[in-house]
Amino acid sequence: MSALLSEQLLANVGRSNPPRRELVTRRDIRKYAVATGNRQRKYLDGDQAPPMFHVPLFWDIVELDQLTPDGVSIDTLLPKFPLEKAMAGGLEIEYHRDIFPGDWLTATRTLTAIYEKQGRSGPLIFYEVIMNVVDDDGQLVIREKTTRILR
Amino acid sequence: MTATGKLARFETIKPGEELPQRAFKPDNVQSMLYNAVLWNGHRIHFDEPYARDVEGYPGLVIAGPLLGDWLNQCVEEWLGEDGRLVSIEYSNRIATYIGETLYSGGTVTACRPEGGELDIEVFIKNEAGEVVTPGKALVRFHKA
Repeated sequence: MSALLSEQLLANVGRSNPPRRELVTRRDIRKYAVATGNRQRKYLDGDQAPPMFHVPLFWDIVELDQLTPDGVSIDTLLPKFPLEKAMAGGLEIEYHRDIFPGDWLTATRTLTAIYEKQGRSGPLIFYEVIMNVVDDDGQLVIREKTTRILR
Repeated sequence: MTATGKLARFETIKPGEELPQRAFKPDNVQSMLYNAVLWNGHRIHFDEPYARDVEGYPGLVIAGPLLGDWLNQCVEEWLGEDGRLVSIEYSNRIATYIGETLYSGGTVTACRPEGGELDIEVFIKNEAGEVVTPGKALVRFHKA
């Protein structure tokens, strides 16, 4: 049994946010390609979405009064953890098919794991969130796993 | 390139082959545009007094996923239309700041002819040569 992680906290594993459906537009692709310094014409012209375009497409849009004073939106999928200082995290992304303007994509985020490890200077909490992005036919387009570490 | 050309290229690639490096020096304008595209209002990316005085950073922090994007670009530019990026993983290990010059690059670590697949180790390094964002990518060449 973990020292930091209560049964109540672990009961949040398996929780999902409501699915979010968004439209891919040429204009949004072009803005993302320019801002990331992309050099490929098909992306700069918005003919196809570059890898990682799902990041801006599904970033939470919250209203101003829901931002914290440091300008961050609160992730409603996450419970309150007993450790709060975020350390480096990792991302794993599978690309199952290309994305084009006009595509409607639906993302569902699920909290899939919470676990504790002993770090060099104390306990660490790890959590994992999986985001599945599917098209209107239900075919998987992108699967992304985020791992975050709290100390 | 023809289908035969794609295969011919795959056959010339050996573990140890390096991907071209690219230098990045994002400025305030690029950083603002990137975070605006994301709808990321985190002050550490655009409010320098806040980043320094409240959060204790030496300057404006470059957003982690932007470095991740450069890893994707590094692989895709090298691969061209000969195949597709199947998956990528990375982690942001060391913070980077506006004003720094960063370098993307990579090395082929494994070739699997049966599936036309390559494993590639990718990185973003800082001027000190430290790997700030290590990663791994899997690419698959198109069949002839």
